[in-house]
Amino acid sequence: MKKYDAIVVGAGHNGLTSAAFLAKAGLRVLVLERNPYIGGAAVSRELHKGWTYSNCSYVCSLFRPEIYRSLALARHGLQVIPYGGGITFTRDGGYFGNYNDHEVKRREIARHSRRDADAYDRYEVDVMKQTRFIRPLLLRTPPDPASFRPRDVFELLYLLRKFHDLGERQMYDTLRFWTMSIGDFLDEYFESDVIKAHFAGSGIIGTALGVYSPGTAYVLLHHYMGDIDGSIGAWGFARGGMGAITRALGAALQSYGGEIRTDADVARISVREGRVAGVALRNGDEFEADVVVSNLDVKRTFLRLFDEGDLQPGFLSKVRNFKIRGSSGKLNIALDGLPSFPALPGGSPLMTGDMHFTDSLERMERAYDDWKNGCWSQDPYVDMLIPTQIDPTMAPPGKHYMTVFVQYAPPRLATGDWTDADRQAFGKTVIDQIGRYSPDFENLILHAEVRTPRELENEVGLTEGNIFQGELTMDQLLFNRPFPGYAQYRGPLKGMYMCGSSTHPGGGVMAAPGANAAREILRDLRRPNTVPGDAGDE
Amino acid sequence: MNTGHFRTPLLHTPFHTRLVAASTCNEWYAWKGYTAPARLTEVEFEYFAIRSSASIFDITPLTKYRIRGPDCIAYFNRLLTRDIVALAVGRVAYCLWCDDAGRLIDDGTLFRLAEQDYRLCSQERHYDWLRTSALGFDVSIEEETEHVAALALQGPTSCAVLKALGIGAIEMLKPFHLLNASLHGRDLMISRTGFTGDLGYELWMQPDTAGGLWDAVMEAGRNYAIMPIGSEALDMARIEAGFIQANVDFVPADQAVRPGRGRSPFELGLAGHVDFRKANFTGRRALLEEQRRGSRYQLVKLDIDGSTPAKDSFVYLRRRKVVGHVTSAVWSPTAKTNIALASLQTPYGTQGDDLWVEIYYKRELKWERKMARCRIVAETFYDPPRRRQTPAANY
Repeated sequence: MKKYDAIVVGAGHNGLTSAAFLAKAGLRVLVLERNPYIGGAAVSRELHKGWTYSNCSYVCSLFRPEIYRSLALARHGLQVIPYGGGITFTRDGGYFGNYNDHEVKRREIARHSRRDADAYDRYEVDVMKQTRFIRPLLLRTPPDPASFRPRDVFELLYLLRKFHDLGERQMYDTLRFWTMSIGDFLDEYFESDVIKAHFAGSGIIGTALGVYSPGTAYVLLHHYMGDIDGSIGAWGFARGGMGAITRALGAALQSYGGEIRTDADVARISVREGRVAGVALRNGDEFEADVVVSNLDVKRTFLRLFDEGDLQPGFLSKVRNFKIRGSSGKLNIALDGLPSFPALPGGSPLMTGDMHFTDSLERMERAYDDWKNGCWSQDPYVDMLIPTQIDPTMAPPGKHYMTVFVQYAPPRLATGDWTDADRQAFGKTVIDQIGRYSPDFENLILHAEVRTPRELENEVGLTEGNIFQGELTMDQLLFNRPFPGYAQYRGPLKGMYMCGSSTHPGGGVMAAPGANAAREILRDLRRPNTVPGDAGDE
Repeated sequence: MNTGHFRTPLLHTPFHTRLVAASTCNEWYAWKGYTAPARLTEVEFEYFAIRSSASIFDITPLTKYRIRGPDCIAYFNRLLTRDIVALAVGRVAYCLWCDDAGRLIDDGTLFRLAEQDYRLCSQERHYDWLRTSALGFDVSIEEETEHVAALALQGPTSCAVLKALGIGAIEMLKPFHLLNASLHGRDLMISRTGFTGDLGYELWMQPDTAGGLWDAVMEAGRNYAIMPIGSEALDMARIEAGFIQANVDFVPADQAVRPGRGRSPFELGLAGHVDFRKANFTGRRALLEEQRRGSRYQLVKLDIDGSTPAKDSFVYLRRRKVVGHVTSAVWSPTAKTNIALASLQTPYGTQGDDLWVEIYYKRELKWERKMARCRIVAETFYDPPRRRQTPAANY
């Protein structure tokens, strides 16, 4: 039996990141992936000849530039290209365009409300203040507030000092911001329905909450705190699809001598004398290692890969109580041409941005009502893009690839588990929604991959299809993520670590959890640290 | 001659109307007497057009000379530091020329259009020096800057764009080769050259066909995310590629006023382009002497901590002693690295030196100062394989 210094379970972006930093430190590392391909939820597959999809995650902003740089991902072929703008179509045939250019955006907002045009600047400054507070925390291990170890005390002081630096008013605002709803937050700035609806999208994406549910304002921040080359809040495409990120991470890992095995379904993490000893695959293969790192969400890790007797009941109930609810689905569509949107003037740059069809908070909340009732939204919120306008590598010339993120879709329906017929009906609901604004769209469809929470769970391995590996609410953030006492990437057994998005700072293709976990592992092994810290110039 | 030139200090290239139509931000600058775009829309998008799809940039203001005659080879071998005997018809060479003291006057590209027919392109103007150097050689030299319009088409989809334009076998064109094509019955010369360090081409044409060609290229590029760009985006790409620029990374020897300001090819990391096997070329003796005694400076590539470009920074040894200065600096969006070119005094600049740069930057009207550690790197910051591949990759 081959022995490794560390085994990483799951070749998602965080697993590969963790593994790469461990291998860079000189450890013998093995990554085991259940699927025949690597990538987890940052994956690109050709399901229709000539088209490359971003099958799960589809845009990139949060990926830490420090990780990109220190693993030399550019040399391994990664390129992240910014895209601009966004649009929300309205039912009356109009739209609101979120242009990149400040003055154009201002005039566009003024078309809907003069007051909102000025309020937007206030909104942007306030969101930027929150962003400034949180960004430096992404590549740090959260302190344990109940611990008196010097490192925890020091980190807690760092956090408090940063918090105090915000100033009195901002401290109050921050506490409100982290707990309030995106709907209430936007109501404090804007009066126009469509503008509120446009910005509210970021507050609910991937979250099984409605726009008026407390905690959703933070989710907006989670989507704003990234950047593309210093342009904060900007989003981009990974050239060649999101799988380019994990391909580059995999190549970086291998350049440091790490190994990857696909078609390697881990059945069990073995425990000996109270510490992890290795893993056993479903096909019977076994691998030994003193360190096992799980890229899977905490439910899948601890409820499926361990013998229940190896873990304490108190810990297991924390795992069971972890909130990880599926809320979304995804369509990937191969198009025979660029669909037209009659509401848009010819040559509109908004075509390259993110598109939405929900023009009021009321409609968003109703879409959430369907989720609560165990049904996918009949009037769904979508986040839709056609990346091939900027990245011509993903489809043949003149043809296009469309990614459609859909909210809401419950993990289980009121009628029972998802069936193939349900999935088909779900896909039709979404296609009809888009078709209402683009008459030629449906006829251009050559192939569509429709994924409900069922497929996200079964194919990707995300429990309930939750894209963030656990809800991003205050009770599950920072030192509470995934749960109190376990926020420093260490599991309940010696040698057991967690590196997925279930850990701080959470989901989004950020790679910070994977990097942070590697730093803690290297610390425990008394190896020199290879993981970069925050390098932004404030 | 026309005496009304004082009314138009800045000329328009044949692409001007197209550039004006493409410009949303009205950011222009003066490039050798022409109005040229610093930006047309947003620099981020323009930059990524170079690196991920296709970009077009008007290079008409490049200084262009046409040199013909039986003594061309002998003339160039005397003028230039490299040996051009092997430069066949249909090939292009990157070349340098120095003054008698071995200081670089400029760098440029030399196109061999026919047996006794060459084009030399450069950033600066050199008619005087080219004529001075021609003494005793049977060559004719004329400046053809305004008679040749040119476009740089650069980026991974640039080959696909030319294919869509109907240029046959373009994918077989090797780097530094050129081909003559015809489009709508008019001549078009295409060279696989550029200033981006990526897959790319330069298109050379008569000014009266320029506008039509621009339109045709834009139309052919519609499915390949083509975008017109300005100089700011190009500058980012050329720093990533490690290319130097006159009056940015060095002062042309003939323009330097202060003693010691000029730089030799060795001092700019261009030793590979100096060929001492040639019996004679301008600056040879001085360069041989420099090779024996050692150079005063060296140009290095720096990888700098943090994300703020080290524009105009001093370079320090152990945070204390000034040992050089940064000549070009940018945040590389593709390498995700804070990069710079810097001129360091001898003997500093060996890998492993404890080097720092001092960076000043402003945040909400307040200046911040920081010392950032930097490392000398040998390899090009961004060097995609598609740059050299033949047949050229489709994307």
